[in-house]
Amino acid sequence: MSEPQKVRIVAFLCRWCSYAGADLAGVNRTKYLPNVFPIKVPCSARMDPELVLKAFAEGADGVLLAGCHPGDCHYLRGNYKALRRYNLLKKFVTQMGIENDRLRLEWISASEGSRYAEVVNDMTSKVQKLGPLKWRREIAIEA
Amino acid sequence: MKIGVYVCHCGTNISGVVDVQKVTEYASSLPNVAVARDYKYMCSEPGQNLIIEDIKKFGLDGVVVAACSPTMHEPTFQAAVFRAGMNPYMFQMASIREHVSWVTQDPNEATEKAKRLIEAAVFRDALQAPLEKRRIPVGQAVLVVGGGIAGIEAALKVANAGKKVYLVEKSPSIGGHMAQFDKTFPTLDCSQCILTPKMVEVARNPNVELLDYSEVKNISGHVGDFKVTVVRKPRYVDSTKCTGCGICSTKCPGKAPDEFNLGMNKRKSIYVPFPQAVPLKAVIDRDSCLYFQKNICKVCIKFCSANAIDFDQKPVERTLGVGAIVLATGFKPFDAARAPEYGYGRFTNVITSLEFERMTSASGPTAGKIVLKDGKEPKSVAIIHCVGSRNVNNNVYCSKICCMQSLKHAHLLKEHVPGVTVYNFFIDLRAAGKGYEEFYRRVMEEGTIMVRGRPAYITDVPVDASEKGKLVLVAEDTVLSSVRRYPVDMVILSVGLEASDDAKDIARTFTCSRTADGFFLEKHPKLAPVATPTAGVFIAGACQGPKDIPESVAQAAGAAAEAMSIMVKGYFELDPYLARINEELCSGCGVCLNLCPYNALERDPQTGLSKVVEELCQGCGACVAGCPSNALDLDGFKTKQVEAEMEGILA
Amino acid sequence: MKPEPAAKPKVAIVLGATCSGCDYSLLDLGPTLLDVTDAVDIVYWPTGIDSKLEDLEAVPDGGVDLILFDGAVVNEDNLEMARLCRKKAKILAAFGSCGAYGGIPGLINTGSPKKILLEVYQKLPTFTEKSESPAFEGENALPKMLGQAYALDQVVPVDVYLPGCPPPLKLVASLFTDVLSGKAIPKGTYYASNRAVCYECKRVKENKDITTLHRYHEIQPDPKRCLLEQGMICLGPATRGGCDAVCCTQNQPCRGCLGPLPNAEDGGSEMMSALASIIAVSDENKDSDYSAIFNNLNDTVGSFYTFTLAKSTLGRRKVD
Repeated sequence: MSEPQKVRIVAFLCRWCSYAGADLAGVNRTKYLPNVFPIKVPCSARMDPELVLKAFAEGADGVLLAGCHPGDCHYLRGNYKALRRYNLLKKFVTQMGIENDRLRLEWISASEGSRYAEVVNDMTSKVQKLGPLKWRREIAIEA
Repeated sequence: MKIGVYVCHCGTNISGVVDVQKVTEYASSLPNVAVARDYKYMCSEPGQNLIIEDIKKFGLDGVVVAACSPTMHEPTFQAAVFRAGMNPYMFQMASIREHVSWVTQDPNEATEKAKRLIEAAVFRDALQAPLEKRRIPVGQAVLVVGGGIAGIEAALKVANAGKKVYLVEKSPSIGGHMAQFDKTFPTLDCSQCILTPKMVEVARNPNVELLDYSEVKNISGHVGDFKVTVVRKPRYVDSTKCTGCGICSTKCPGKAPDEFNLGMNKRKSIYVPFPQAVPLKAVIDRDSCLYFQKNICKVCIKFCSANAIDFDQKPVERTLGVGAIVLATGFKPFDAARAPEYGYGRFTNVITSLEFERMTSASGPTAGKIVLKDGKEPKSVAIIHCVGSRNVNNNVYCSKICCMQSLKHAHLLKEHVPGVTVYNFFIDLRAAGKGYEEFYRRVMEEGTIMVRGRPAYITDVPVDASEKGKLVLVAEDTVLSSVRRYPVDMVILSVGLEASDDAKDIARTFTCSRTADGFFLEKHPKLAPVATPTAGVFIAGACQGPKDIPESVAQAAGAAAEAMSIMVKGYFELDPYLARINEELCSGCGVCLNLCPYNALERDPQTGLSKVVEELCQGCGACVAGCPSNALDLDGFKTKQVEAEMEGILA
Repeated sequence: MKPEPAAKPKVAIVLGATCSGCDYSLLDLGPTLLDVTDAVDIVYWPTGIDSKLEDLEAVPDGGVDLILFDGAVVNEDNLEMARLCRKKAKILAAFGSCGAYGGIPGLINTGSPKKILLEVYQKLPTFTEKSESPAFEGENALPKMLGQAYALDQVVPVDVYLPGCPPPLKLVASLFTDVLSGKAIPKGTYYASNRAVCYECKRVKENKDITTLHRYHEIQPDPKRCLLEQGMICLGPATRGGCDAVCCTQNQPCRGCLGPLPNAEDGGSEMMSALASIIAVSDENKDSDYSAIFNNLNDTVGSFYTFTLAKSTLGRRKVD
């Protein structure tokens, strides 16, 4: 059996729901794969598509965006904006050849610790199958 | 920058998986790090002192602690660095417990992940600037939503402390479910008798404005300054004139199922909800009223000596300004029809626990007599615990109060029906409150037959003559390890408690989260059971989870105290995470203006550029991410800081 | 003795991978062009004067005060020119969006240059057996394609940028004035506004809340109101101004040719975020599904990175 690929997935978690959900997974000692690295943001609406692209360009093999379920956003309507921005961004990254499983949006509530773990494991294994992305912004010119 | 990094062992919670020495060594090699240490318990006083001393000794201007989740101890360490003279927002936390040591199997992977997260935190901290909390003034009124025992209690506590309370109740009368109970365990006090004095007290209190038959339509604003729109539904009766005499009801020809009596009998189309209703005013039910349905009758107008009938009454909207909100919206009983194996709705003499409460109540549909549908007294009754609770098919949780309620019903049966045989079918008996276990013993001593086994189903098909005309429960007595048939006359289903039907809408309106079972989510299950993550919104009573009356009352007092502490201070401190506009980059394109749910962005009529209204900004960053020139940024979560965190992770 | 006339600044205008529209746009100077050509010594301008490459090569290194490089770098010829220009120029300016950002040629970064070459020279629908394809190898071969399209500064250091397709003449004039006056120009200066086009656009901004997207031909827009607000994809909010919003004034939504703003360098994603943010923003609720509004928007690269793909964050399609 070959070693699973070492991949790094950057996860942007909203402070009120998904970060708390991830905390809950910890409190419950749910074990999950260590390839997803959380960055806390106040709301999924803070997620600027340019940051997602920067993540890929700087070596991330996958990006996970997580927020509160529709209707439950702590800041009332932020997650709807996150969803619309994500939908358009998805079209772009697909056109640029980034595979579907590398960019993902999930709604994870503060009580869904086990769901967070599931998403982490699922996304990690899918990204591992695709292998590291190793994004190249340009092809180097041979002298 | 001179950053101090502190890696906590958290006993062995972290050090048992993560190689804290390696991690600390790595941290000390990072740019801008002046000192890196590890310690067993960073949150302890000696742990905090380590930080404080280092700040003084090394002149640190930033601190990173790698330990538990910021939700746990961010305030602890912020306070510690503040004591050492550092701005608390120069402190950054990396969670290597909830996000690493507690969830990672392989220690090497865990150590590596911890290094990444600490690097991210250090890079971010290096770009942090000092921030100041914002103080906003606090409106001196409290909104209590729900007029059950919890809502009443919360309202009284706040009102008696001298602050104004708006008590909103969607039904025509306050009282909630407690008003429907007959006796309360374990003291067997008459529920109405202990409740109605409070109902009257709260209505009479000069600081309480009772908004009966009203619902909250929406709210805006934030803690200290909520604007709440409340709609008063039309009673079609002028409350200022109605005396509650009830003559209209006696003359009214229209009928409908009586909600208070759970449909066990009928009430008139114009009615007073129950004799002890507060306010004691009549209300007209449009759907059964002959005037509204067929444009005839109007007998009530004829007989009302106070001229209180007003068919043209319209809903009335009001906007209230409050500083804090307490949600006490209660529960709904599990619908026994969802447990079809027990034949509720099919068999006439299968009733729910709440229906039994109405039956035993002197003012109920049977005037307090325990009778079968045909009017005869039952000779044998079975009480089934855990209907709709502790069941993978509907609700997995325990509803806490049904065991005691079932025992109480067993006692009442023995008291009112001489010679009756009573069976209680239970799985585990929960009698954990004060006086509860003693009550249990008493009920057993009265001769109630306790059967440990959840009945599989009820049938009315007899296998022999002794079962003719009976309801037969088929259950395994697990103590005896035998499946037996129990023929009885009446079955009482002890239904569990569920979140109310409108819990979803209420949660949305008040920006509350709910747990998987539908009840409102508390800020912390152990240490903050009546607060919610939304500042200024508190919860009390069964809406937070199934509980009995003393617990509801205690929570109500707790929520009232929380609300009061905001009022008394006179101001509330908001996080300093503010959106800021770089006026040299803003083009006035206006994309941001509609993005703020708090209306904290406006266009400056002079310059045409956008401006942030600081008192309204809640720091979500929705506008920041949408700004096409990145003229907007968010203090504390600047784009460069998020990029730096990414860099640390991907290093 | 007559005093020596002061030496005129040396200027060269060079073509890379370009439509040469920027070149042509200099003619818009009208009669002033003659004043300009009088004031400078044009060493090499294949389109404008009878000059040969040897003329440029003959100038000592660093001897050309200003070289305007018009075009992206897409084949080996362009690369050679770019390197030569860097050697010979005191100030090397990326002239036009192609030089500044890779421009429209940059869009080949979504595919393979080899495939494009074959497509254009061998597979177009108008080809028949009688059609002659140029040589790809040998003495008379087409210049070899590089692996992708590059903006000028991705192959050589660039001193000054004149973005635009073509750059607004007044900004070109600014650069000339600065060079002629000997003013010190900080390295990396963009001759364009630091604020978005919206700052200069005279259209009225009422309310950014769109429920339908329209292509150019689908509606006759209200001449007074913001085009983005009328559902047209106008990249103005995410694009440098300096052009006086001339396109928007003529009912043409901005296509983003002056490139991204200084603090928001991936202009395409900035615009996508802004656009997505204002879709039905006043009707946000969990039951409203406005994702259908993007159903016909399938070329996000062409719509949002028309001129800037090569310099964007991702830069090019995933390398296989």
